[in-house]
This record gives sequence, structure tokens and C-alpha cells, in this order.
Amino acid sequence: MSTAYKVQINRKWCKNCGICLAFCPKNVFSFDEKKKLQIVNEIQCSGCLMCEKRCPDMCMKIIREEE
Amino acid sequence: MSYLDYIKEKQFPLFTCAGCTHGTVTNTFLRVADELKLDKENTVIVCAIGCAGRIPTFLDFNVLRVTHGRALAFATGVKLSRPDVKVIVFMGDGDAVAIGGNHFIHAARRNIDITAIISHNEIYGMTGGQYAPTTLQGFKATTAPYGMIEPAFDVCELAKGAGSTYVARSDVYHINHLHKVMKNALTHKGFSTLEVITSCPTQFGRRNKMADPIKLVERIRDITVTQTAAEKMSVEELKDKIVIGEFVKTERPELTEIYEEKLGKLRKN
Amino acid sequence: MAKYELLQGNQACALGALKAGVEFCAGYPITPASEVMEILAEKLPETGGRFIQMEDEIAGMGAIIGASVMGKKVLTPTSGPGFDLKQENLAFAAMAEIPCVVVNVQRSGPSTGGATISAQGDLMQAKYGTSGDSPRIVLYPNSVKEIYGTTITAFNLAEKYMTPVILLMDETIGHMRENVCLDEFDNVEIINRKFPDVAPENYHPYEPDETGIVKLAPFANGKGYRYVINGMHHTIDGMPSLTPENIYKTISRINDKVERYKEDIWQWEEQQTEDADIIIFAAGCVSRSASEAVKQLRAAGHKVGLFRPISIWPFPDEPLAKAIKNAKMVLVAEMNRGQLIHKVKEIATDNLKVVPLNIYDGTVIMPEHIIQSIKEAAK
Ligand SMILES: Cc1ncc(C[n+]2csc(CCOP(=O)(O)OP(=O)(O)O)c2C)c(N)n1
Ligand code: SF4
Ligand code: SF4
Repeated sequence: MSTAYKVQINRKWCKNCGICLAFCPKNVFSFDEKKKLQIVNEIQCSGCLMCEKRCPDMCMKIIREEE
Repeated sequence: MSYLDYIKEKQFPLFTCAGCTHGTVTNTFLRVADELKLDKENTVIVCAIGCAGRIPTFLDFNVLRVTHGRALAFATGVKLSRPDVKVIVFMGDGDAVAIGGNHFIHAARRNIDITAIISHNEIYGMTGGQYAPTTLQGFKATTAPYGMIEPAFDVCELAKGAGSTYVARSDVYHINHLHKVMKNALTHKGFSTLEVITSCPTQFGRRNKMADPIKLVERIRDITVTQTAAEKMSVEELKDKIVIGEFVKTERPELTEIYEEKLGKLRKN
Repeated sequence: MAKYELLQGNQACALGALKAGVEFCAGYPITPASEVMEILAEKLPETGGRFIQMEDEIAGMGAIIGASVMGKKVLTPTSGPGFDLKQENLAFAAMAEIPCVVVNVQRSGPSTGGATISAQGDLMQAKYGTSGDSPRIVLYPNSVKEIYGTTITAFNLAEKYMTPVILLMDETIGHMRENVCLDEFDNVEIINRKFPDVAPENYHPYEPDETGIVKLAPFANGKGYRYVINGMHHTIDGMPSLTPENIYKTISRINDKVERYKEDIWQWEEQQTEDADIIIFAAGCVSRSASEAVKQLRAAGHKVGLFRPISIWPFPDEPLAKAIKNAKMVLVAEMNRGQLIHKVKEIATDNLKVVPLNIYDGTVIMPEHIIQSIKEAAK
């Protein structure tokens, strides 16, 4: 059984500051050409919650899913 | 319960600028509140003016938002009149140690059971980027166009000198550390001071070649050192660093308890 | 049998506050007001209340508001430069509609002026000392017994109208001693603020019912009324808001309530005004001399009367207009350079002569001063 994580961004609150992206150890995020936050590597997420805890706008949610 | 149960979701998103890490302090506070199962009903949050002072109005507690710098004076009235209530004060650095400096040192001296959480962003955000008493020498502000020439306050030293019985500093990069010390500050009995290094991309960053919010958080990562690391560093090496850690953890009679102990027996009927 | 006791003005104020149910006092020492808090420091622990000496007057004002937000009846005493420092948070109390009583025992200013010197320099400051338009109820008694009663009224009005009330005194009456009987206050009415009468989920703290008076639940009330109190313009929920609608509503509400209930707030005394050609307008310690002057002038056959406002603000303009309707002259005697005379002039008709008597050298206006001024003006 392995653990997977689902990354959820509350787009209504997200200001695309990039703090989650910059300090994600697994490079789960990137900016698109308009500097909008994208989830590009969800599969790599290790559930460290660094993005969720640092987000200044409370819009990141990491959901643990058992497989 | 989730940490978001402690906010007024309808009022969100926050009014703050993109990447304003005052919000990170809020984030941590909400998690700690959730962990400690803080009683919304029996907790009073006092805050004042400034970006840091406005955020608490978005929280689902009893919130008293007062005049700039005076939060601790009001909080003293709240706590002394209702010692059973938990009192938490959120302040910006200008709020806490410039205009509110006198209230801060006296609240610490009295050791009244209040937790003061001070967001240190080195600038006056709300009013458009004037220097704060915490702005480091050389950095620019609208009122320091040639760079700050005054020395900065060390908020934790000030708190220590004034008698705060819990004093800690953390920052928004070292998020787990922040969580740990915030929990300790909030469960400490007596006056607890938590200084958090935050960042203001709009007013501080833009003027100091760090407009990108990420750059500012990287700077915090790079200039902060832990107490243990600091012990092994020379004065020279520590020159431009900010030490994070718990500096004071002591016990001393708490004001409302002494009041009850010494004066409670005078109560008639 | 009536009980008499020798009381000082400031002492009567402290005792009146206790009678009114004061539960919290915070202050910073200043002559000639310190006795008020010294007495409360001694008495409050006996009644289960709390006293604290704060680091300055700003903090004293802040602390009492904090305690009032928790539902307590609160008071802070001060004078002169201390009253200057109260202004910032006084405006907060007016804006956020927090009941509190601020005692200002006037001394000679500006600045340090003279700590033990009597004056009436703060009559306008008491109303207009803060930024923005805000309401003020200001009461100014003139005897030890009246200080006691007016202090109780000050608390009652604060709680009833959810607003700060200023109790003005002056060094003379604050430090004066009189033998008084307070028996008549044994069953005096004591008013407490109202608790919300709607369920917490329908509660909007800053949306008053038809009375126009907000019902602010004390914080941590254990009944689920949880909200924001905020000195910024706010919504009905107390949240910061700068929409024209909210700004207009807030400023109107806090001011209109005092205007609307002014007849309930007004207090004044008239002595022999019915047939008077000359009316002396005087408050506080000066009104005592004025009363004596009326006696002496009447004895000499002059038709002189006294109008003494007890509520300085809201200014009792209608009662005054009525009292001076048939008079030919009003002498406004004040220990300042002329403050309330402007209000008197505002309502004076064209054929009424308004004459100032201003003494501001630190001596108290005596009956002789008043008699002499009247004689000169009548020439
Ligand atoms: C008595 C008073 N003086 C000045 C101001 C203007 N003012 C508002 S916020 C502020 C400083 C804010 O800086 P800080 O406390 O560091 O908080 P930040 O906005 O950076 O979070 C000032 C000077 C005020 N509101 N009241
Ligand atoms: S840290 Fe939060 S606000 Fe910033 S980009 Fe990430 S999810 Fe959006
Ligand atoms: S001005 Fe600065 S402190 Fe204020 S919200 Fe914007 S980033 Fe935050």
C-alpha cells in the first residue's frame, strides 16, 4: 500500500505569490506563462505540508489518500 | 475540526498583498488554535492598526481592534477584569515597539497573562513604507530614502529586559519552528512575547530590490540562524543575522493571580 | 435621622461611582484628580472590582475601554495634560459605542499650567477635543453632594446611551469639603446596558433597533454572541468598511443618539430667572459665586437671576433660550478666555446684550467680580 497525496488550491483565495512553489522540495508546482500557479507534479508530493503551512492565504490543502 | 473553522470564511480572501507573510503567521496561529482547541467564546483577541493589526478581524473570535499601538493597554483591561478569559494580542512591529513601546514594556513588567504576537516586517506596511524601529541599517523606506541610519530595536531583548516570562523569535520560513514556539507562547502562563520575522513585498521588498515575495522569504531563510548554530558563531559572523529560538522561559507570579491572592481577601460579601 | 458626613469633592465622585456600580478603574496620577483613583484603589478590591495604575493616561483610557467591552462599569480620572492624552481613546469609545466615565478635574492650562490652580479651560475640549465628529455627554456639578449624584447620572447615561460620558469638575470643587447627607440616594435608579434580545445567529451588534441604541453583548458572554469591535468605520457586524453608506451610517448613529435624547440628558438649574432683567450664566465653582451675587443683588433691589448648566454638552440651548427670553443682559462668567459664551451668543436674540466676565489668573471668580461686572455693563 502506498500513500498518495492530492493537492488542492482554493483558487478564489490564491494570489499566485509563489511561496508554495518556491519551497516545495518535490517541485510539485510551477507558474504558467501568466504567472499563475499550476500543479505539475502532484504524484511527487510527499505530504510534507510545507506549502499548506506557509501559504499566507490559507488556500492550499494537501489531502492524504491511501491506495 | 479544521483550522479554517477559526476564520470567517465569508470575509475571505484576505485583504493583504500577494505574498504578504503576515498571513503565514495567521495560518500558523489557526493551526495552533485548532490543536489547542482554543475556545472561541472565551478567547479575546486584541489588535490595532496596521496590516498585521487588521488581519485578526477576519478571525472568528471576540475581536477588539483598537487605536494604533494601544492594543496591550486595552488587553490589560480585558484580562484584569476577566482573568478567566484567554487574551491574545496581534501587533505589527511599529504598532508594538514604536507607538506602543511603553505599553509593551509595562505589560511585560506586570507579567499579565497575555500572549503578544508581533509581526516584524521591518517596515510600516499600511501607511506606505516608512521605516520601522526594526528596519535594519542601510535598507530603504519612504522616510529613509538614503537608507536607514538609525540602529534597530531587538524586540526580544526589549521583552527580556522588561520582564516578559516567555520570549521567543521565529520566522515564516522555519514554519515548524514557528508552530512549536507559538504553541509554547500560547500555553505559557504570564506575559509571553513571540516575535515573528515576516515580509512585506509591497512596501519593503519593492524599495529594496526584493519585490518578488519569494526573494523575501529566501532572505529570511538566509539571515536567520538557530540558537544552537548561533552559539558556535563569532560576533562577526552573527553581524547580519537574526537568531531564532526561545530566549526566556521562566515563571513569575502572574498579575491577575497576585491581585486575587493579595486583594481577593478584602472582598466583602 | 439624616446622616451627615464631611466629604471632599473628589471623594464624593469616587463614592458616587461605587454607588453607581463601578467595577473597574484605571488611571495615571495627576493633581488635582488623584484622590478619585486613590479612593477607588482602596475600595474596589472590597467590592470585587479591579483597580490598576497604568503607564500613562492613554493606557488608562484603553484599559477601561477593554474592561467595559467585557461588560464592566468603568471610570478613569484625570486632569489637564492627562485629559489631552485621553482624547485618542475617548474618540474610540465614542466611535465603538463603549460606555465609560471619564472624570476631568480641571486645572489651569495650557500644558502643565498649574496643577493646583483652578480653571475652566476644558469646556470646549471636553466636546471638541478629538478628531472627527463625535458625540459627548459632559456633566459639570457644583457641590460635593451634586458631584455624588452627577457621578451616578454619568454612569447611568453612559450605559443607557452606549457612549462615553465626561464628568467635569474643577480644582475648587474637587478639593472642596462640605458636610453632606446622601440619604436621598439610597434608592437611586441604577441603569445597566441592555443585553441583545435576538438570537446570536441574527445578531448584528451595530444595527440598533428603533431606539437607535446598540446592544453590545459583553465579550466572552458564554451565550454565543461573538463579534468585532473596531474603531474604524464599520458594518453592522463591526467589520471595517469604508463604503460611503457605512461611513455615513456610523457617524450619524453615534451623534444622532445624543441629539435625539438630549431632553433626557439636559440638566440645569435656574435661580430667580422668571422676572430677571439680568441673567448670570455660570457653571461649576463659578456658579457658586454667581448664586451669592444673585442674592446680594436681589437684596439691593436688582432683578438678577442665574442659569447654571449642569449638562454642558449637549448644550441646554432650548432651556437657556427660554430662561433668557425676557432678559436684557446675560453675563457669562467663566474662568477661561471665553468658551461657552459662544454658545450663549448663538442663541441670544439681537436685543440681548451678552457680556463676558473672564478671569484666568488662577483666582476663582468671586461674587464681587460678578457684581462689579454687572454694574459696569449696566452703566
Ligand atoms: C495615532 C496614529 N498614528 C499613526 C497612524 C498611522 N498608521 C497606521 S498603521 C501605521 C504603521 C503600521 O506599521 P506596523 O505597525 O509595523 O504594521 P504593518 O502595517 O507593517 O503590518 C501607522 C503609522 C495611526 N493610524 N494612528
Ligand atoms: S502560497 Fe498560497 S497564495 Fe501563494 S501561490 Fe501558493 S497557494 Fe497561492
Ligand atoms: S503592504 Fe506589506 S504588510 Fe501590508 S498587506 Fe501588503 S505586503 Fe502585507
